[in-house]
Amino acid sequence: MTRLLPRALLAPAVGALLLWMLVPLLMTVYFSVVRYNLLQPGDHPFVGLENFTYFVTDPDFGPAVWNTLVFLASVVLITVVLGMGLALLVDAPFPGRGIVRVLLISPFFVMPAVNALLWKHMMMNPIYGVLAQLSRGLGLEPVDWLTHAPLFSVIVMVAWQWLPFACLIFITSLQSLDREQMEAARMDGAGPIQRFWYLTLPHLARPVAVVVMIEMIFLLAVFAEIAITTAGGPGNESTNLTYLIFKQSLLSFDVGVASAGALFAVLLANIVAIFLIRMVGKSLD
Amino acid sequence: MATTFFFFARTVLAWGAALLLFFPLGWLFLTAFKTELQAIAVPPLFLFEPTLDNFAEVQRRSDYLLYARNSLVTSVGSTLIGLAIAVPAAYSMAFFRTRRTRDILMWMLSTKMMPAVGALLPVYVLAQTAGLLDTLTVLTVVFTLSNLPIMVWMLYSAFKDIPGEILEAARMDGASLWGEFRHVVLPLSLGGIASTGLLCLVLSWNEAFWALNLSSAKAGTLATLIASYSSPEGLFWAKLSAASLLAIAPIVVFGWFSQKQLVQGLTFGAVK
Repeated sequence: MTRLLPRALLAPAVGALLLWMLVPLLMTVYFSVVRYNLLQPGDHPFVGLENFTYFVTDPDFGPAVWNTLVFLASVVLITVVLGMGLALLVDAPFPGRGIVRVLLISPFFVMPAVNALLWKHMMMNPIYGVLAQLSRGLGLEPVDWLTHAPLFSVIVMVAWQWLPFACLIFITSLQSLDREQMEAARMDGAGPIQRFWYLTLPHLARPVAVVVMIEMIFLLAVFAEIAITTAGGPGNESTNLTYLIFKQSLLSFDVGVASAGALFAVLLANIVAIFLIRMVGKSLD
Repeated sequence: MATTFFFFARTVLAWGAALLLFFPLGWLFLTAFKTELQAIAVPPLFLFEPTLDNFAEVQRRSDYLLYARNSLVTSVGSTLIGLAIAVPAAYSMAFFRTRRTRDILMWMLSTKMMPAVGALLPVYVLAQTAGLLDTLTVLTVVFTLSNLPIMVWMLYSAFKDIPGEILEAARMDGASLWGEFRHVVLPLSLGGIASTGLLCLVLSWNEAFWALNLSSAKAGTLATLIASYSSPEGLFWAKLSAASLLAIAPIVVFGWFSQKQLVQGLTFGAVK
């Protein structure tokens, strides 16, 4: 009974996730080695690695991998650095701290589709957008952000959404920083920079690992922001792997090639996962 | 003197940063109450006579309430089913540890690394074969499965924080497993369970990838409704803002009230 019960409790979750992982994976592996285009009905002949070759030699492939990595690194860096700065700023009490916290966290709850439309139309529109009017007010030429800096624009809107998340986790962590130790260090003549470097930063190491891990899980799969604002363009300048595979499957109807691409994305995600699991593995026990 | 200056500088900087970050949302809010002409006025209007016409127009044009209902059903449904599966699993792993527990946890998280786009075609084909495309059922199931790993992790951390001795004592007193859960574990981990549910609710409500690809007119959620505004209709900013505001207001307001809970749960117990 004591051996069976724990397993029975675990079984539904393990079973559901096993199916959720294996069934699509096996089907994807099958699709990836046959010729399967929804526009060409008929049987699906075995073609070996042709789909993989096709996907990898696609001129959009290299840029998509590069964009995915640049996007991931930029958003993580921006949110961790600015999030930490903001957290330190609001750590000590000041008038209206409660309201400031509420304002800071709000973007995290905005759905990606709204985030995308809000920035596309109301912020970055080259004629009526707030940014364009601001630059005209400063006597500068307005920039058509989504056309001339598409990847950067997507980075800005996604970083805007995830900054509150990083910030709030750091705020929570700072609350448990040992004040007496801090005070003692100050008495011993440690300046603010030394105190930050030797006390605050080591204390924030674990929350940084958590933020990086959770953001990576969600950022590798960013879709709505790209689909709604730039549709991967112009050209392939803001196409990430997720969007490239989506384009192959639902816009070109090529199930075979899309599946080969999907397997590549799984591979990339797992390489990232190995690093992540090493990083957070320690905070498990 | 210097301390007063730093206090003042900190207050101004913090407020400035918060208002800057909140500005796009504040602007969306204002635009939702403008006429279309006021919405694109140059220079931008901060003072104007608010109108509710946009909200009426949004409901008239596409049944907002239907999409809102779909969002509510799928997010609440997936949260409840998710909790029903994840709570026992996390309980089992936290209180009946074996050598494999750690591996199972890692494996569960790794399924979350599998990009949704990799599963899209198979899931689409399966849903189509089962006649479940554009139904609330398929969305609820998919939302549940994609949130499950995170839920198990959050609950695992919450349960692990409960000292083993308390459970030991309850078992000595002859408490059944249910009694032990109901009277010892549940009261001590209510915060963790709440934050897990809250996060799942937020993620499902905002989910766009599956909603856009598996549903359309019948089972579409608010994310699908909003995405439909990216077509030429999107040029009507005031209506777009009103629709957006209606889509995010419930979950943003909900988030304000639950932020403390949420952040504590989100850190997997790694931040104390």
